[in-house]
Amino acid sequence: MSRSSNWRMTAIAAGAVALMAGNAAAQDKELVFGLQCDRTGATQTVGVFLCPGYHDYISLVNSKGGIEGYKIRVLEIDHEYKVPPAMEAHERFKKEGAVLEGLYGTPQTAALTKKLEEDKILGTSPGFGTAAASDGKRYPYVFPIAASYWSQGAAAVAFAKKELGGNLKGKKIAYLFYDNPAGKEPLVILEDLAKSEGFDLRTFAVPAPGVEMAAQVLDITGRYRPDFVITHLFGRSPSVSIRELKSKGYPLSKVVSFVWGASEADIKAAGGYEVANGYHTIQFAGVGLDFQVIKDINAMYQAQGKPAPTAQEVSVFYNRGVMIAAIHTEAARAAIKAKDGTKPTSEDIKKGMESIKGFTLGGMVPPMEITELDHEGGGWVQVWTVKDGKLVKNGHWFQAYRDVINKHLAATN
Amino acid sequence: MLHRESGVFKTSYAADMALYPLPIARWTVAAIVLLFTVVLPLSLHEYYLSVINLALIAVVGALGLNILVGYTGQISVGHAAFMSVGAYTAANLAVHLHLPFWVTLPAGGLMAALIGAIVGIPSLRIKGLYLAIATLAAQLIIEWVINHTPAISGGAQASIEVPRPTLLGYQIKTQGQLYYFLLFFAALATLATLNLVRSRIGRAFVAIRDQDIAAEIIGISIFRYKLLSFAISSFYAGVCGVLYTYYFGIANYEAFQIGVSIDYLAMIIIGGFGSVLGSIFGAVFVTMLPIAIRWIMEPLAGLFFGSGELSSIVASTRLVLFGCLIIFFLVVEPEGLNRLWRNVRNYFRTWPFSY
Repeated sequence: MSRSSNWRMTAIAAGAVALMAGNAAAQDKELVFGLQCDRTGATQTVGVFLCPGYHDYISLVNSKGGIEGYKIRVLEIDHEYKVPPAMEAHERFKKEGAVLEGLYGTPQTAALTKKLEEDKILGTSPGFGTAAASDGKRYPYVFPIAASYWSQGAAAVAFAKKELGGNLKGKKIAYLFYDNPAGKEPLVILEDLAKSEGFDLRTFAVPAPGVEMAAQVLDITGRYRPDFVITHLFGRSPSVSIRELKSKGYPLSKVVSFVWGASEADIKAAGGYEVANGYHTIQFAGVGLDFQVIKDINAMYQAQGKPAPTAQEVSVFYNRGVMIAAIHTEAARAAIKAKDGTKPTSEDIKKGMESIKGFTLGGMVPPMEITELDHEGGGWVQVWTVKDGKLVKNGHWFQAYRDVINKHLAATN
Repeated sequence: MLHRESGVFKTSYAADMALYPLPIARWTVAAIVLLFTVVLPLSLHEYYLSVINLALIAVVGALGLNILVGYTGQISVGHAAFMSVGAYTAANLAVHLHLPFWVTLPAGGLMAALIGAIVGIPSLRIKGLYLAIATLAAQLIIEWVINHTPAISGGAQASIEVPRPTLLGYQIKTQGQLYYFLLFFAALATLATLNLVRSRIGRAFVAIRDQDIAAEIIGISIFRYKLLSFAISSFYAGVCGVLYTYYFGIANYEAFQIGVSIDYLAMIIIGGFGSVLGSIFGAVFVTMLPIAIRWIMEPLAGLFFGSGELSSIVASTRLVLFGCLIIFFLVVEPEGLNRLWRNVRNYFRTWPFSY
């Protein structure tokens, strides 16, 4: 080898080393968040609004310098609501060094629960997965970080009680639900409360895909004639339920829906705000665009010369995305602070997540308190009601019948 | 080109019946075995093994469906339901009776075979689209029964968490360990199918597919072989379901809904009806191609778009591209990837001296 080529080799090697070192330095100040999403599968009506909310909040955080100097890189994988690709997504996140994962979908959450625990990476499953996952002892790496179906069921009963004058004794409540595991999950809580509160509960199952429920609704309105209706439906079916109940003359002001039948899209599909006037919805994140964080996001877009994201037209799902991103960010922030600015591991972020308390994001996030034992954060919800062409806040964040929920959580162990 | 097929003489019945009569085929198989047992697991990152693992599970299911649809000519859109039968059987046995996987796995397969044979009864009277509807009914009935029977489903969530499989006291839980676990069963299923389709039973299946009345006249019991085909196919499906259960550590019927049945039908249509290699090609194509498209698209689209837009664009164009590729391959060769591979192979057989 001649001298000049030798010199050249050294220069190239030095350059490569410098480049790699630069890369490594960039990676030292970067956190990877994995996000599973469904933009093209069975639940795309949620995903196309929720996931942009997540990205927008993270971009906002990055535009302000990141979390304590750490930039966040979001790696999103669309699993089309299929189960096997969810495992691929998890392994990919692990390979890229993700410190936490946003899970998406109930069967996907179930399929990853064991792997997350083995790999010691935490996953959040707001609105998905089993209610038992709020038990941090049994499922140490799964964080629902939002009201489970059990908490929503309890909240629905509490709301009905308030609306019916503070006493449910002798009252009749109908539960109209999608006939799948998620739909059946709150039944134990509702049945328990029916006994203790002294109301009569009758259940009406809607088989998949849930677009045909004339018989069930006729049964409710014509035969059973309940004082209140609680609905727990998914996909297209919430809009069908609104339309059917309306057409049978049942007052929608005596109907309350769980979180997946609660979006602007459902109301529009049912025939608009005029039709759905009075319809109550349970929410685990704030609704509407009247929040400082949304204004900040829009200002960020404006500064880039772009219009506000179109995903905001369904603010119920968009805000949920923002809320998930915000809680991920807060957990990472707490972890970095606890380690005096060094790069946190997934284990540190888990501890950070378990220290979240009093973070409300200007009212968009409930005043939840996530602890090592309670990964649900207390099961806070807010009721929003369709009124005068929009969803209007109906009371403050509240939790209901925690003793009953805790009793059942203890019983599943 | 590379080898000569002439001059290979067989002097015993055993040699004549060998699965791979040509020396080059034996060498190829040996090389493939070496590749899959040593080279790939030692050289690939765990992530790539996890992708292969998904394909290996799909191979078992696709082989089973191809026995029924490709070899016997009976359509089924209830394949995923048989998987859930296997999954819940194994999960219940593993959790309540603490049985090891080498008991629960065949048990899951056998239970699925039993249910499959019952579902196959209408095939004696109805054919084609009508049979498709009958099996569709089976899919929905099985889903409903699991959803509404806590004794099977294990409660309102309809999911049963199973412990990781253990072998000689070692837990099989990392992707690398699961790779060998799944590879063993995928290889076993492939070998069993290769032998099944050239046996008396396999020939009877093909006879029924090609002309059932003629088959009956030459003495094949349609009743027995149609049900046998359903049973064998469902056995594979059941085993596939058990593999999914051990892979994810949970049995959940929501992972085995109608869409999954359609995915498996797509695998064998793309791979090629009535071929073992086609089932493998199809399973790999449907499982890995969407992932591979993303690997290519992410850096490419990353040049033009920011991270938020990127996800939306990659997700939707990936779907379009995947659909286009399916159409492309089926237009190029309607008989599937297996036929495409054979065309290529036959071309090179006499290359460059073809006449």
